[in-house]
Amino acid sequence: MAQPQASDTAHHDDHHDQPATGIKRWLFATNHKDIGTMYLVFSLIMFFIGGAMAMIIRAELFKPGLQLVDPVFFNQMTTNHALIMIFGAVMPAFVGLANWMIPMQIGAPDMALPRMNNFSFWILPFAFTLLLSTLFVPGGMVAGGWTLYPPLSLQTGDSFPMLIFAIHMMGASSIMGAINVIVTIMNMRAPGMTLLKMPLFAWSWLITAYLLIAVMPVLAGAVTMLLTDHFFKTSFFNAAGGGDPVMFEHIFWFFGHPEVYIMVLPAFGIISEILPTFSRKPLFGATSMIYAIASIAFLSFIVWGHHMFADGMPVAAQLFYMMATMLIAVPTGVKVFNWTATMWRGSLSFEPPMLFAIAFLFLFSIGGFSGLMLAIVPADFQYNQTYFVVAHFHYVLVPGAIFGIMAGVYYWLPKWTGHMYSQTLAKWHFWLSAIFVNVLFFPQHFLGLAGMPRRIPDYAVQFTDWNMVSSIGGFAFGLSQILFPVIIIQCIRGGKQATSTVWEGTHPTGLEWTLPSPPPYHSFTTAPDVP
Amino acid sequence: MSVTRGDDHDSTSRPSAIAWAGALCLAALGLGPLAEANTSDGYNLPPGVTSLSKAIYTLHMEVFWVCVAIAVVVFGVMIYALVKFRHSQGAVPDTTLVHSTKVEIIWTIIPVIILVAMAIPAAKVILFMEDTRNSELSIRVTGYQWKWQYQYMNAGEGINFFSTLARDSNFARALHSGIDPKTVPNYLLEVDHPLVIPSGTKVRLLLTSQDVIHAWWVPDFGAKRSVIPGFVNELWFTVDPGKEGIYRGQCAALCGRDHGFMPIVVDVRTPDDFKKWVEEQKAAVKQAAAPDAQPHEPAPPATAQVLPTASN
Repeated sequence: MAQPQASDTAHHDDHHDQPATGIKRWLFATNHKDIGTMYLVFSLIMFFIGGAMAMIIRAELFKPGLQLVDPVFFNQMTTNHALIMIFGAVMPAFVGLANWMIPMQIGAPDMALPRMNNFSFWILPFAFTLLLSTLFVPGGMVAGGWTLYPPLSLQTGDSFPMLIFAIHMMGASSIMGAINVIVTIMNMRAPGMTLLKMPLFAWSWLITAYLLIAVMPVLAGAVTMLLTDHFFKTSFFNAAGGGDPVMFEHIFWFFGHPEVYIMVLPAFGIISEILPTFSRKPLFGATSMIYAIASIAFLSFIVWGHHMFADGMPVAAQLFYMMATMLIAVPTGVKVFNWTATMWRGSLSFEPPMLFAIAFLFLFSIGGFSGLMLAIVPADFQYNQTYFVVAHFHYVLVPGAIFGIMAGVYYWLPKWTGHMYSQTLAKWHFWLSAIFVNVLFFPQHFLGLAGMPRRIPDYAVQFTDWNMVSSIGGFAFGLSQILFPVIIIQCIRGGKQATSTVWEGTHPTGLEWTLPSPPPYHSFTTAPDVP
Repeated sequence: MSVTRGDDHDSTSRPSAIAWAGALCLAALGLGPLAEANTSDGYNLPPGVTSLSKAIYTLHMEVFWVCVAIAVVVFGVMIYALVKFRHSQGAVPDTTLVHSTKVEIIWTIIPVIILVAMAIPAAKVILFMEDTRNSELSIRVTGYQWKWQYQYMNAGEGINFFSTLARDSNFARALHSGIDPKTVPNYLLEVDHPLVIPSGTKVRLLLTSQDVIHAWWVPDFGAKRSVIPGFVNELWFTVDPGKEGIYRGQCAALCGRDHGFMPIVVDVRTPDDFKKWVEEQKAAVKQAAAPDAQPHEPAPPATAQVLPTASN
């Protein structure tokens, strides 16, 4: 039975049925759809900027010898490629998807805190302008790795305070966004939508939001201590003053490990939405899938030491972190098996979102296997700080998180715009991406095992061949991504009218598919019936 | 997939006179063409030449094959599903197949068993690796931006030198040097003064840093440790007798501009040859400390740039 919303919302509808016009619509946006759009556009721009940095890296590594850039500039590129991709592309993209989809999926009219939502977004262009402007500052951008280990990071030049401030702003944005997600989900679900009936994407974001609130303040603490060590003569990480460089690693990775799960759990949620739709069959074991995400999130807090095995760790800690890290394979395996079981005895069709979801399933699993190998401590001594690690995390982040984001965009874009996009172009984007991401990253496993360290601008000649292959894959992968904004812009401008369910012949569950495409500016101003 | 080796179609440089002179010098010092960069085949970890590296290699291959087996099964099932259950071929979805507690328990328990089976041998190697007792030779290793310092203890007490990227590599690696790296022997993996150690001896390294975090790594020894300012880390290895030769490694922790240019070279000799080398080095140290002594014999070839220490 539909319940009327609180009377002040109905009252406001008279004034706000139409969006504002011009720049005010965006600057003062409080609508979750507009804010979601801004996050997604921002993240796409950042994806290309971070990608350009990667192209510089792969261009220098195409052949042995230093052909293009100074080693310090190369280190700036590796460092900022990571900072921009992590904090500017992947995380904001997931927040954009959360903003668009969570209110619609739970039958809510908007996010719980719309003005804070606006602030969370608008911090980001300022933060990244500050970060990118360090390119032009004496000393250039930070070059000590995105992990910012002291004492090396304390050798950064004038850009250091700008970097720290930018990180603080990004962190504040994430924390506020996470608060918004939790408050929205806990308070604004339509009557009848119990937590266990909530779609997997919303669940994955609920758990991710708790992770964010727990660990972003820890990063803030770590970088603030770097700041005071640099400027105010503290010795948190300076052994000569009684401090400890390894303590930074502990604090950073206490944030850093949950952070990488923050970057992948929403992708798990998206895959759990897409596979059932295009298998024409409900998600297998939906309740265990939720418990699996929760287990992964819990375990992510107790494994940070696996980034530090080679630092002189006591035996007991090596044993503990090895076993805790290996344990994460269990719930993750359950998810992979359940996704497979969803497809088993289904009726599969291969539209672009499904293609990306299937590629995720295969390629994220490969990243999982190299992760398992890395967990084996004695072997990790050979893999650690080599291209084997680089291959591992790029497999879980690129055909993992990024393909998850693209799958989500291709799945929901017709809902947002009301138009179908060119399936042909999207399939070209898919196949080029899926093939070249492997050409780019698979040889890096070989390079790491053969002994090539990471974060080096030049290498011994025995590493030439695989580096050349990887660079070619990188250029081709990078170029293929141009198709993505082309498809999106074409779709916004026009295309075949999309129905509410969009994907004909499938029966996607989820309240978003009960709304027209595009949905009204304010959807669910009265709560829907939850089936 | 075939990849052409060594054909640099765009090479515009000839080996320079300096590069040739450097190569000849290195050959004269016995560090020439016979030296191998690394015993890996280019795809896989090298089994290496120490008990540690071989234990690691065994673990690595075990875990690798387990992963391959799991991948074959899981990917096999996925591919089968993708082929067999296509809507375009008329497949009808079984919408009752949504849940099975029994199956979920099975595919939770079996992975746990596999993990335990992998963790047990790994734990044994951890305990083996961390047992630094009863070493016969200890060497202090200090990382600097951007070179290594080696200070011998025990029988080599007093031997102390820096180990820096070899000159020909250093010239070639400069931006726009015009020197083709392929013409430089052991490009980026050669130093002026290698670490010399005996085979068949438990060698213990005590590692620290003078400035930022670095890492000392020789893949063929299975030996890597971060070097951290203010800390002393420890690692040990024993090179198998019969595996004398040159082994090369690199710094494995980002340490600034020349992180990629501070390699490690270890010259493993028989215990007798090592003893001779130690005596030569100590004599060179004495000569350096007392330059006005009558020279009875020609100065021994200094393969180490010796520095007087407090103990001399």
